[in-house]
Amino acid sequence: MSKLKILSKGFIKENPVFVMLLGMCPALGTTTSAENGIGMGLATLFVLVMSNIVVSLVKNFIPDKVRIPSYIVIIATFVTIVDLVLHAYVPDLYKALGLFIPLIVVNCVVLGRAEAFASKNNVLDSAIDGLGMGIGFTFALTLLGAVREIIGSGRVFGVNLHLYQSDGMLVFILAPGAFIALGFIIAIVNKLSKKPAQ
Amino acid sequence: MASKMKSTLLTMSLTLLLITGIASALLAYVYTLTKDPITQAENQKKEQALSLVLPKFDNSPLEDTVKIASGVDTLICYIGKNNNEIVGIAVESFTDEGFSGRFSVMVGFLPDGTIYNTMILEHKETPGLGDKMENEKSMSISGSDTTWWSKQFIGKKPEFNTSESDGKKYAEPINIKVSKDGGEIDAITAATISSRAYCNAVNRACATYFKIGELKGKSGGKAHYVLILFLALGLFIFIFKKLNK
Amino acid sequence: MTYILIIIGAIFVNNIVLSKFLGICPFLGVSKKISTAVGMTGAVTFVMTIATIVTWLLQKYVLLKFDIEYLQTITFILVIAALVQMVEIVLKKVSPPLYQALGIFLPLITTNCAVLGVAILAATSKDFGLMESTVFAIANAIGFGLALIIFSGIREQLEFSDVPEYMKGAPLALIVAGILALAFMGFAALA
Repeated sequence: MSKLKILSKGFIKENPVFVMLLGMCPALGTTTSAENGIGMGLATLFVLVMSNIVVSLVKNFIPDKVRIPSYIVIIATFVTIVDLVLHAYVPDLYKALGLFIPLIVVNCVVLGRAEAFASKNNVLDSAIDGLGMGIGFTFALTLLGAVREIIGSGRVFGVNLHLYQSDGMLVFILAPGAFIALGFIIAIVNKLSKKPAQ
Repeated sequence: MASKMKSTLLTMSLTLLLITGIASALLAYVYTLTKDPITQAENQKKEQALSLVLPKFDNSPLEDTVKIASGVDTLICYIGKNNNEIVGIAVESFTDEGFSGRFSVMVGFLPDGTIYNTMILEHKETPGLGDKMENEKSMSISGSDTTWWSKQFIGKKPEFNTSESDGKKYAEPINIKVSKDGGEIDAITAATISSRAYCNAVNRACATYFKIGELKGKSGGKAHYVLILFLALGLFIFIFKKLNK
Repeated sequence: MTYILIIIGAIFVNNIVLSKFLGICPFLGVSKKISTAVGMTGAVTFVMTIATIVTWLLQKYVLLKFDIEYLQTITFILVIAALVQMVEIVLKKVSPPLYQALGIFLPLITTNCAVLGVAILAATSKDFGLMESTVFAIANAIGFGLALIIFSGIREQLEFSDVPEYMKGAPLALIVAGILALAFMGFAALA
């Protein structure tokens, strides 16, 4: 598989959120705005790339039976680093993401890539795979955040689009809007890729 | 490719021990690196709030604090001084009556007891509704000035109905309530619960500030003036009656 | 009184799935039949309660005591993973019928963010003692079960409805979940 293919597959064809339906909790929970979506996506991207690299480096030294707990420890380490760094240098984002930062550790995308790709491939390919999946995840979260913010309050990235006289359709920023917006985005992705759902 | 390590009890426990050891060592290192920036980041919000809710000060109120008990909780009061003279006191107040979870507000008072300004420190209210009371956010939303919510509190002087029962003093706020409850504050449309909660937090701050006043005997001084005024009034009426006879 | 508030708050007002977005994966994954939904709820209740108690004790008597709160994430996830394994072994020995019912769901629970999420929420809450945390965990598990069972009931009916091909599966499930979340927002006034 060429490097470019590894990088690009996470973006559309195997997009973790829209196609593989992984990592739904942060995708729904943190996308009240496009900015928060980007923040969460980048935090996950860092954990994905780093844990993929380390897992790929140590894969031969880890006995098969303790494989999963070892991967979890590696992932949890990088999650804690992200947690501390965000708390120190981006406190506003840290507050907005809240509980979902430590929960990156149980994001199925991260453990899934470590187990399915990094434990079988070399370091460079694993890093690229993590990067591709991370970009795909960030893209999905940013898109969902932007859609919710535009419909919900008529603004995106702090720019007022003047869609509404006063308040927007606030329900899209609240919990129900998250489910509904993601449902329609996945339907559109299905329609465009003309792939029947399972 | 080297062959995989065999899964024996020894290799398994050694691997796990080694990995967790390296992980905790690495984390301890990152923790020491980020410890100071984290406390700085935590204080930054408070400093920002203090400079908004207090008149210009030249000391560091974060280090000049008084703790006042309010009910079961203790509130921290930050004292702002300019040229060693107290220019205002900020009370870090809170309420549990918000829409979701605790909600903390910094309330600044001038020495005469009027509110200088207020600012939300932390809340979990509904985005788009309850968070309109965050002054810095509402300003950036539409470009137009929508800080009317927090402006309502500027210059308000808290009034209390004080009652005494079981030897304890109770202070019932009169004017700092939403208009639905008979107060002077207009609630944010569709966010009455959040508006009420904000008033509740401000009132807690007021009651606490009231206590500081009592500690200093300032309110005693005021009662003195009131007494003199009443006496003068009585005397005046007395003289007036005599003259009419 | 506080317990009632915690219970109502966790089940209805801040429902763990429909308002906090925790445990979405099993919510979408095992909600096609009511029977599997019930099995999953049982397994989650079991693990969530034990995990919250153990992690609360760890937080109070180890992490806070030695000032190593930054190891919270790594400790909690390891405890949960180990706990799931232990529950599996014990159930297999003690109650084979229960193991038959819950067994296939147990491995899925390690990566159920609801369990870790509730454990962290309970351990970091300022005013939760051990008793409150336990009640909080059970109430959240009930809230999870309620959402899951209602949702699977709806999905069983959806099987028979004629919808466009690209709406089948996840998209329709998510939209139904959104409407369900809308209904749960009505409980907000209870708080």
